[in-house]
Amino acid sequence: MKPPRARARRARQQRTPWLILPLAAVALAYVAVPFLALLQRAPWSDLGGLLGRSIVIDALRLSVTTAIAATGLAMLLGIPLAWVLARTRFPGRSVARALVLLPMVLPPVVGGAALLFAFGRRGLLGGPVYDATGFLLPFSVWGVVAANTFVAMPFLVLTVESGLRAADPRYEDAAATLGASRSMIFRRITVPHAGPSIVAGAVLCWARALGEFGATVTFAGNLQGRTQTMPLAVFLALESDRDAAIALSLVLIAVSLAVILPLRDRWLTV
Amino acid sequence: MGALEEPWKLHVLRLLAVVSVPALVLAACGDDDDDAGSTTTGAPAEEQAVGGDITVFAAASLTDAFTELGTKFESEHPDASVEFNFGASSALREQILAGAPADVFASANTSNMDQVIDGGAASDPQDFVTNLLEIAVPAGNRAGVTGLDDFANADLLIGLCAAEVPCGEFGREALANAGVTPSIDTNEPDVRSLLTKIEAGDLDAGIVYVTDVMAAGDAVEGVEIPADDNVVATYRIAALTDAANPDAADAFVEFVLSDEGQEILQSYGFDGP
Repeated sequence: MKPPRARARRARQQRTPWLILPLAAVALAYVAVPFLALLQRAPWSDLGGLLGRSIVIDALRLSVTTAIAATGLAMLLGIPLAWVLARTRFPGRSVARALVLLPMVLPPVVGGAALLFAFGRRGLLGGPVYDATGFLLPFSVWGVVAANTFVAMPFLVLTVESGLRAADPRYEDAAATLGASRSMIFRRITVPHAGPSIVAGAVLCWARALGEFGATVTFAGNLQGRTQTMPLAVFLALESDRDAAIALSLVLIAVSLAVILPLRDRWLTV
Repeated sequence: MGALEEPWKLHVLRLLAVVSVPALVLAACGDDDDDAGSTTTGAPAEEQAVGGDITVFAAASLTDAFTELGTKFESEHPDASVEFNFGASSALREQILAGAPADVFASANTSNMDQVIDGGAASDPQDFVTNLLEIAVPAGNRAGVTGLDDFANADLLIGLCAAEVPCGEFGREALANAGVTPSIDTNEPDVRSLLTKIEAGDLDAGIVYVTDVMAAGDAVEGVEIPADDNVVATYRIAALTDAANPDAADAFVEFVLSDEGQEILQSYGFDGP
């Protein structure tokens, strides 16, 4: 006689293999210890003064706003891309998906260099645009947004694509048989179904953009108030004023945690 | 465009090397006993006795000259192998003071070396070369830069090294000497990344070392900075107290100071100490 499925699952969960727990504990500690070490080195008494400096305020404001702008851009372009990858079949789709994920696995500084070749003043696209209009992405706040989007968009596309795959396509089929137009189905059925994955993807994308360093410094440069984001400020402060660097890092950690913590389990397991 | 492509690729590779080395160094922190005992035979520092691995932390501006020095050193000491970590002297200083496994430190200024010595990580530093500053512009100098005065022009794209690194400190000193308040578009984290952006034509001008302009070949042109405004950078080198391979470290420092070493350095545009 077979036991009911639910009970079988519960029984499986209770038999935790003996090696699993200590390894999991090591994994957690490995991530936690460096942050604890950072906290232990933090100049708590001077924190107020360090964080009130213009360099910190400028960098924080720039980081937060450019990460938001990059997330908006990534949603505008990335959700349609995720839909195409999840719902259509075309030759070269696996190549397209690999291409989308490339910025995730490459060193960001490679991305920054590639962006320069494409959108720099003598770049493939940037050159003609600059000659015609004088508009230039590098060394501007738009350059920071471009670098952030390039590096962070894959996190959104990947999350939304898997959310769309998990959604039951029969709802869309049913809506179609009832006469709903394609765009109506997309807005009223597809997007609401993928909602949690879109939220999770946007949050991951934003957090990644907030921490972006390599592509930003390579493509957009480094100037306080214009292109110097928190990670760039931390990097240079580490060489001159370690207390300020740690204080900046604390802010970055606090802001990131505040955004990541509310992510519920269900949003990450879409 | 074709002429620009080769140096560009080289510099991207260098950029990658500079960025990835700290990670390698961190990864290597744990295995101090990796090459223990390979050279500490107790023999006096005879040339024949030099062998084993050494790691040299050197200022980014020394990249080309030290790479050649390293190759020559290895050919003279077939048992020895030299690895380099090139970067901003200030970043290297921090890595050394944090216990990175280095044998030799070559700094592009005196203050970073002084801090390493104050931290007890080195002693007995030696001046081994000097370097001057020069304005670098992309080949063709489309913006028509003629001197430091142009750095005040807000219409030009101007880059400097960040104030935290030696070339940024010296560059600002030269601008102050000339009485120019620069209109800066980017403060690059080290001299090579500044040079890379100038080579690619993404910046109109920047202040780098004479040796960098030379190293960049046809991709950039130099515009001289008058002696009255220019700043002499004095480079210092020392074997580190905690060197895993002190004999080879001393031998490398000696080689840098030798006639042969100096000849190589001068072929890259450095002046004697």
